[in-house]
Amino acid sequence: MTRSFDIVVVGAGPAGIAAACAAAEQGRRVALLDDNPAPGGQIWRGPSTAHRDAVSRAKERWLHRLQQNPAITSLHGCRVFDVPGDGLLAAEQNGQRVDLRYSKVVLATGARELFLPFPGWTLPGVYGAGGLQAMVKAGLPVRDQRVVVAGSGPLLLAVAAYLRETGARVSAVCEQASWRSLLRFGASIAHTSRLWQAAGYRWRTRGTPFHAGCWPVAAHGGKTLESVTLSNGTRQWTVPCDLLACGFHLVPNTELASLLGCTLQQGFVTVDALQQTLIANVFCAGEPTGIGGLELSLAEGEVAGLAAAGAIRAAQARIPRRDRLRAFAAQLAVTFALRQELHSLSKADTIVCRCEDVTWRTVSQYTGWRAAKLQTRCGMGPCQGRICGSALNFLLEWSPDSVRPPIFPVSIASLAGPTASAPAELSAIQEN
Amino acid sequence: MTDTVRLTVNGRALTVPAGATVAVALAIAGAACRTSVSGEPRAAFCAMGICFECRAIVDGGPHQRTCQIVCRDGMEVRTE
Amino acid sequence: MAARDAIVIGAGIVGAACAAELAHAGLRVTLLEQAQPGTDATAAGMGHIVVMDDSPAQLALTHLSRQLWDNLAPSLPDTVEFDRCGTLWIAQDEEEMAEVHRKHATYGAAGVETEILDAAGLHAAEPNLAAGLAGGLLVPGDAVLYPPVAARFLVERAVASSAKFLADTPVASAQNHTVTLRDGSSLHADVIVNAAGASAGQLTPGLPIRKRKGHLVITDRYPGFCRHQLIELGYLKSAHSVSADSVAFNLQPRRTGQMLLGSSRQYTDESSAVDGRIVQAMIERAEHYAPGIGALSALRIWTGFRAATPDKLPLIGPSLADASVWLATGHEGLGITTSLATARLLADQLLGRPSPIAAEPYLPARFENAQKTGAHD
Repeated sequence: MTRSFDIVVVGAGPAGIAAACAAAEQGRRVALLDDNPAPGGQIWRGPSTAHRDAVSRAKERWLHRLQQNPAITSLHGCRVFDVPGDGLLAAEQNGQRVDLRYSKVVLATGARELFLPFPGWTLPGVYGAGGLQAMVKAGLPVRDQRVVVAGSGPLLLAVAAYLRETGARVSAVCEQASWRSLLRFGASIAHTSRLWQAAGYRWRTRGTPFHAGCWPVAAHGGKTLESVTLSNGTRQWTVPCDLLACGFHLVPNTELASLLGCTLQQGFVTVDALQQTLIANVFCAGEPTGIGGLELSLAEGEVAGLAAAGAIRAAQARIPRRDRLRAFAAQLAVTFALRQELHSLSKADTIVCRCEDVTWRTVSQYTGWRAAKLQTRCGMGPCQGRICGSALNFLLEWSPDSVRPPIFPVSIASLAGPTASAPAELSAIQEN
Repeated sequence: MTDTVRLTVNGRALTVPAGATVAVALAIAGAACRTSVSGEPRAAFCAMGICFECRAIVDGGPHQRTCQIVCRDGMEVRTE
Repeated sequence: MAARDAIVIGAGIVGAACAAELAHAGLRVTLLEQAQPGTDATAAGMGHIVVMDDSPAQLALTHLSRQLWDNLAPSLPDTVEFDRCGTLWIAQDEEEMAEVHRKHATYGAAGVETEILDAAGLHAAEPNLAAGLAGGLLVPGDAVLYPPVAARFLVERAVASSAKFLADTPVASAQNHTVTLRDGSSLHADVIVNAAGASAGQLTPGLPIRKRKGHLVITDRYPGFCRHQLIELGYLKSAHSVSADSVAFNLQPRRTGQMLLGSSRQYTDESSAVDGRIVQAMIERAEHYAPGIGALSALRIWTGFRAATPDKLPLIGPSLADASVWLATGHEGLGITTSLATARLLADQLLGRPSPIAAEPYLPARFENAQKTGAHD
């Protein structure tokens, strides 16, 4: 089946929702697709908690705007895996292939957490930071569970606050960035609402120790997690816990952008002032252009949606605000830059590739990603190297491979295409 | 519409809140999702459909990312 | 000629095998690789150790090679994933069953064990094959391995026999006992072995080698979905049609439980990009033979280039123009299988040793003769 739209928006997080709304409000027919069961992306996932803050208010406003616009077709559980031709995306939804034809496409594919391998990180009970929050939003009960939140990035406090409100006993929040970085960051956002947001999260996690310059070095347990060892560089201590929420900030999802031929610089998609990539008719908004959080994602999404719809003046009017938000994004990257000590998190027996169970000892013998993949199967599993490849990009500075379809595992039937007819010149052998 | 869903995990009945994902059901059941290629138990990790650690057999289909699938009444889930 | 030292260019499986064989025979060997061992066509191949009988020379070479792999098998590390799963040639109809019987006789005469399966026997051997197929020919001695690790293993054997291995060392030219590296430095040896696969012609002009593109699809783990390397007998028509793009059903069970699906052949496309049309045709062909395959999850698709010669036989022996340059290339889709026999024949010629099979059908000089007599094209 092939469906045609004026504008296809890939990713229904804040950037994608803003792009879809902005474009649809200009009279365009828009498809908004996402592989999750509902719109909202990671930050707006699941039901709202009792606590009403800026994030939940924005979520209600935007989801309302999305749902009342009949020009937007939302396709959930829908994952793009290939670009079979110009102006065409191939996706799989409920096990069926759907091809989407577009005049313009907006890539709002978001980011994933960066995970760094350390001893014990494969134990059940160890989650990503956003990962544990997503599980709780999807119904996992955590009341009275002992949780350590660790890693890096502004997400940690937000996750800790959320977990506290859902009944978990958060025994520590550990941020690898130093107090010095955090205070400089605080000063740089002192004139904005973000300081209040951060202060709000800290207020909501009062009573939970917050350690800056602190990171996890090992998780322990038999079949599931029992404790985690933390380090501040001079001292190590072990905290009993049932759950560990651990992520080292974010890496952008740029596979589809790469497949479309977009230019990347230092891992991020290059866009012009109107969020257009160097490829005609392809726009990009949100984390893939730079990790900048909710407000920047919304601002970029609106610019992209308006520009894709041809409303250039309206798009241009939103550029100054977006650019101010980008300054904050630059601060984020500096503040939460990963410290050198994390390069030695992985020990010889630590599994680096969770799909194929390849250890640090095995993979670190090689000089580059391609030889390591071929010789050890590292990155050859179903995650296609998204977890270990990102980790090795940090640990060994290995650059990722070129991107080939399918950019996600997909059924062989879907790979075969939406139609059943083979090109004539290829059917000769079947006629024998 | 009820606010709970009944399914089975490795043949044992389980009731979960409506809207729960299969990965959550497996965690509530105390079951790892899969056994890794070297024999370790593994459970949901990224919970965003990226890491593929939460793969399990859902209604007979192997290698399903359970963090992306919402539980339905009568669903049969088996660990891998 | 009694060579004392040799430079082998290319650490694909063929070059690695040649380096290991020559070093073992006592030559001072330097093995040069532009990237890392087994990363080009070797990594793109299926890793099928198979006896093929398209011609008597092909049968002799593949049979000898399989024996050499069998000899080597006990020394192969587990990571080479050597698995004697056997090949099952599938006959759709009575016409193809006649081919099963012919193949059975040919293989038998060469001393290769085979077993004819009727429709019921085929179904029992491979329950996921479509109903209504006529039967098949089982070749139980054929095997599967993981080529990049096998190539690295052979490089390590060469190094263990005192060969020098230089990775990430691209070669600019190779002639008259001298190999000039891309960085401008040069190396000298009695013999230069050009084992640069589909790129061999860049170093030795005038080789009758064309790039023939192939696609493969690998799935997640489905242990037992098939048990033998499955090939449709129509493969012969496909693999040997010289001009048209073609696909054929070829499904391999990896020891990991993954299924590796082939195959395609294209002469005209020199881009390494995945061609959706070809993948679609390959899958439709596969669904015809194994209807349940559509439900399997595909993890990756890749392409590679075979080094194809006009008569589908490799070039093993001295080059025509330069007595110091020897060739070990042109293996088309059989490089993994025939790497060991290639190394053996090359070493035998260089050292003046007797060979288990005649070397003439693979000598590069055959194309010179063909041109002289006007018998070729």
